[in-house]
Amino acid sequence: MSLENSLIVGAVIFAIGLYGALSKRNAITVLMSIELMFNAVNISVVTLSRYIVPAGLVQNPGATADEILRLLLTGQVFAVFIITVAAAEVALGIAIVITIYRSRDTVFVTDVNQMRR
Amino acid sequence: MTLGTGTESALIIDIAFWVIAVSSIVAAFAVVQLRDLFRAALFLAVSFLGVAGIFILMRAEFLAIVQVLIYVGAISVLVLFAILMTRDIEQGNPSNRLRIPAGVLSVLFVLVTAFVLVNTEWTLIDDAIPTMESVQTELVLSTETVEEVAEVYSNTVPKIATLLLQDFVIAFEAASVLLLAAIIGALALVRNR
Repeated sequence: MSLENSLIVGAVIFAIGLYGALSKRNAITVLMSIELMFNAVNISVVTLSRYIVPAGLVQNPGATADEILRLLLTGQVFAVFIITVAAAEVALGIAIVITIYRSRDTVFVTDVNQMRR
Repeated sequence: MTLGTGTESALIIDIAFWVIAVSSIVAAFAVVQLRDLFRAALFLAVSFLGVAGIFILMRAEFLAIVQVLIYVGAISVLVLFAILMTRDIEQGNPSNRLRIPAGVLSVLFVLVTAFVLVNTEWTLIDDAIPTMESVQTELVLSTETVEEVAEVYSNTVPKIATLLLQDFVIAFEAASVLLLAAIIGALALVRNR
């Protein structure tokens, strides 16, 4: 378990999500792939926050406890915000998909390429 | 002295990490490849649990709990609801015509990222801790700094709360406005006219 291994795991999950988001027709599969990409970014951010010496600590080796706290846990706070945004986005995305399904009776993204029927 | 209890370089941690990571990757691949959408959503939940396991290994325990609560508990269930409400029985999970370029792009992305990651010179916290062996970087953290770093990771919950409400309070409030907008948007979409 090292930094490179964990970041490569994050990159692989991101690439799988990217493939799903680009190449699938079902809108719900696309949304699931976007969630995979969000998770991969979360893995990367938390891994980097745990392993890397923050730049503020390099420039200021005698930092106080508060500054160390702020420098170290920024990654985890960022991950909390990413989770929040992902939750809001997938909820709205699914609401849109269900609305389109009700009016056009399809969930395939290739079939909803016209604004007006 | 090390950051954790000294067991982080143990073999069992490596095995645990690779088991969790590989199962997360395989589940993610199953999400995009399975024909049955319902099983794909269940594998999505497995992938989220794998990510929570990786968070615990990275000593972000609070984040792991939040991940399980929100992703596995709420978002997976929401996706399952959506799948059950939009049943398309004949063709479950087809690909469109961008399948091969997307596959090439994904593989290219992983290769380029892996190349960049392996060839970067990282300044790691674990390398900068003064130990009996030789120090590998120029930066050497003082003993008090190492102790404070270890103390931060021992209980991250109050410290994340401090950061959220003091340093990142603007982003915190903006996230609240975002959630309000999401609620209003969802309600506006599903109300009966």
